[in-house]
Amino acid sequence: MAAGGHSGMVERRGASLWLTHAGLILGVLVIVFPIWLAFVASTVTQAEIVRPPMPLLPGDQFLENYRKALVSGINAPVATMLLNSAVMALGIAFGKIAISLLSAFAIVYFRFPGRRVFFWLIFLTLMLPVEVRIVPTYEVVARFGMLNSHAGLILPLIASATATFLFRQFFMTVPDELVEAARVDGARPMRFFLDILLPMSRTNIAALFVILFIYGWNQYLWPLLITTDPQMNTIVMGIKQMFPSGDDWADWPVIMATSILAMLPPVLVVIFMQKLFIRGLVESEK
Amino acid sequence: MATLSLTGVRKSFGATEVIHGVDIDVAEGEFIVIVGPSGCGKSTLLRMVAGLETVSSGEIAINGARVNEREPMDRNIAMVFQNYALYPHMSVFDNMAYGLKIARRPKAEIAERVTEAARLLQLEPFLKRKPRELSGGQRQRVAMGRAIVRQPDVFLFDEPLSNLDAKLRVQMRLEIKALQRKLGVTSLYVTHDQVEAMTLADRMIVMNEGHAEQIGAPLDVYERPATVFAAQFIGSPSMNILPGEGAGDAVVLGNGARVPVAQRAEGKVLLGVRPEHLVLDPEGAIALETGTSEPIGALTLVHGRLEGSTLDCVASLPGVHRESGLPAIQRFSVPPGLAHVFDAGNGRRLAG
Repeated sequence: MAAGGHSGMVERRGASLWLTHAGLILGVLVIVFPIWLAFVASTVTQAEIVRPPMPLLPGDQFLENYRKALVSGINAPVATMLLNSAVMALGIAFGKIAISLLSAFAIVYFRFPGRRVFFWLIFLTLMLPVEVRIVPTYEVVARFGMLNSHAGLILPLIASATATFLFRQFFMTVPDELVEAARVDGARPMRFFLDILLPMSRTNIAALFVILFIYGWNQYLWPLLITTDPQMNTIVMGIKQMFPSGDDWADWPVIMATSILAMLPPVLVVIFMQKLFIRGLVESEK
Repeated sequence: MATLSLTGVRKSFGATEVIHGVDIDVAEGEFIVIVGPSGCGKSTLLRMVAGLETVSSGEIAINGARVNEREPMDRNIAMVFQNYALYPHMSVFDNMAYGLKIARRPKAEIAERVTEAARLLQLEPFLKRKPRELSGGQRQRVAMGRAIVRQPDVFLFDEPLSNLDAKLRVQMRLEIKALQRKLGVTSLYVTHDQVEAMTLADRMIVMNEGHAEQIGAPLDVYERPATVFAAQFIGSPSMNILPGEGAGDAVVLGNGARVPVAQRAEGKVLLGVRPEHLVLDPEGAIALETGTSEPIGALTLVHGRLEGSTLDCVASLPGVHRESGLPAIQRFSVPPGLAHVFDAGNGRRLAG
C-alpha cells in the first residue's frame, strides 16, 4: 500500500483556493443548517417555537427538554426506545456478520453438492428488499409469536446476501497457499476459520459493522409493523409516533430532542469505528 | 529422519493424466530435487507427497507406511511454499509456533523449539515482528523456521527461492543446503532452475510432461544424460543437438562433417555436444559460421551456425574472445568421450 507517491502535487493558491473553500463551506452550511435548527428547537420552549420568527440561537431549556424526552417521552420514554434501537441495530449487525462469515466460508472453502445453487440462491435474495417480502415475513414472525419482541425485530433482517457476497469476494483473494500451509500445520477447517480467516477479515468486519449498524438503526417500516407495544418501539419509528393524530398539538421541543438523540449513536459509531477501520487497514497490509 | 518411497505414482485430473508413473526410493537424509520446465508435473508430484493432492494410483510411503489416505498433518511432513504462505496477522514467533500449538505441545516446549529454530536461522531479533515488516529473505527464513520447528520426517520445498533476487537466491541456496546437511532431514525440493538442482541435489529427478526422464546424481545426469530432454535441460547454456547419420565410431552431420564419438552410432542419430566441450581446433570437424558473441568475463559464448546449414550452435570458450577477433568460419573439435549420441527416433541415449 504505497500511497506516498504524491509529493509532486501541484500547490493550490490564489482564487481557486478561495473558490473551492467557499463551495465547501456553502455545502456544509446547507447540510448543517436543518440540524442546527433541530438542535435549537430542542433547547427552547414550545411557545418560542410556535411564535414566528423561529429562534436561531439555543435557548435555556436544554436540560429540561432532554430530561423530559429521555425519562417520559410522549408514548414511551426515549431511553427505552434508544435501548430497543441499540439492541436491534447491534443484533442485526453482529448477526449478519456472523451468518455471512460462516456462509461465505462454506461456499468458498467446501465442495458440497449444490454449492453453486446455494450461492446463486443467496445472491438472488439481494434483489428482494425487506419491503417486497414484508407481508409473508410478517405472517411468519406473527405465527412464531415474535411480535413485540427483540427477536422479531432482529431475526427477519439478519440474513444478508450483500455481506455474504462481500466476504466471499474477500475469501477468494486469500491465497490458496495459506489454506494449504494451515492444513500442513494441522488446522482443521473451523480452526483455520477462527485462527486465520477471521483475524484477516477484521477490517472488512469493521467496515461492515458500521454499514450494518446504521442499516439496523435506521429500520423504519419493519419495527413500525411488528411493534404495537410502545415499550418495544425503536427510536426512528418512535419519532413518527410522537406526532399527534388529530388536533392535538405536537410537543416540538421534545420531538426535536428525540431526533437529536436518535442521530447520536450512528454518528458515534462512525467516528469510533473509523479509527479502528483505518488502523485495521494499515495493519493488515500484506 | 525417514525414508520416502514412491511406487508407480500417477495423477489424473478428470481424463487427463498429468503424472505418468513415478518410482523412486529416497534414503534417509537424502536431498532429492525435482527439476523440470513449468507444467511438467513437478509441483503436482510434490503436492501429492504433501497430501494436498490425491493420488490417482500408486503408493506413497513414508518410513515404509502407506500415507496415500492420510491428511497432511498426519504424514509428519513440513512444507515451504513458493510465496512463503506466512500468516499475515501473526508475529514471526506465532507463525512458527502455530503447528505446535495445534498439536497442543506444552508452552515451554513450543518456546524452546521456536527459539532454537530462530537461533539457527538468525531470526531472533525478528520474533515479535509481523511478516510484512520483514524482507524477502527473512520471510523465506521464517517459512523454513516454521518447517523446522515441527521436526518433520520429510521437508518439502516448492520453488522456495523463485521470489528472491539473484544474489539472495544464491545465498539462500547455500543456507538451505547447509541446513539440510545439519539437520539430516530427508528432503524433496521442486525447482525449474537447473543450477539449483545441480548444486542442491544428492539425486535429481528430471521431469518432462509427467514422466521422470532421468533419476540420478547431478553429475551423472550431466555426464551421461539419458535422453535429449535431460541433456538439454541440465547444463547452461544448453547442449547443442545436431542431427546426423551414425557411422560406427563417428557421426556424419548433414553438411558432411565427420565427428568421432566414443559410443556406437548406427542409423539416424542426434549428436549432443555441450558448448563447454567444443574446443578451438583449426583441424576440427565442426565448422561454425560465427555470429554474435557474448563475453561474460571468465568465458565467452560464441553463437553461430553449423557451416552449410541453418542449425544454431553455441560454443563456450574460456577467456575473452572479441567478436572482431573471430574468423567468419571457426572450426571446433570435440573430444570423443564428451560427445553424446541419442537415437533420433525416441530421443534416448544410445548404449555403449
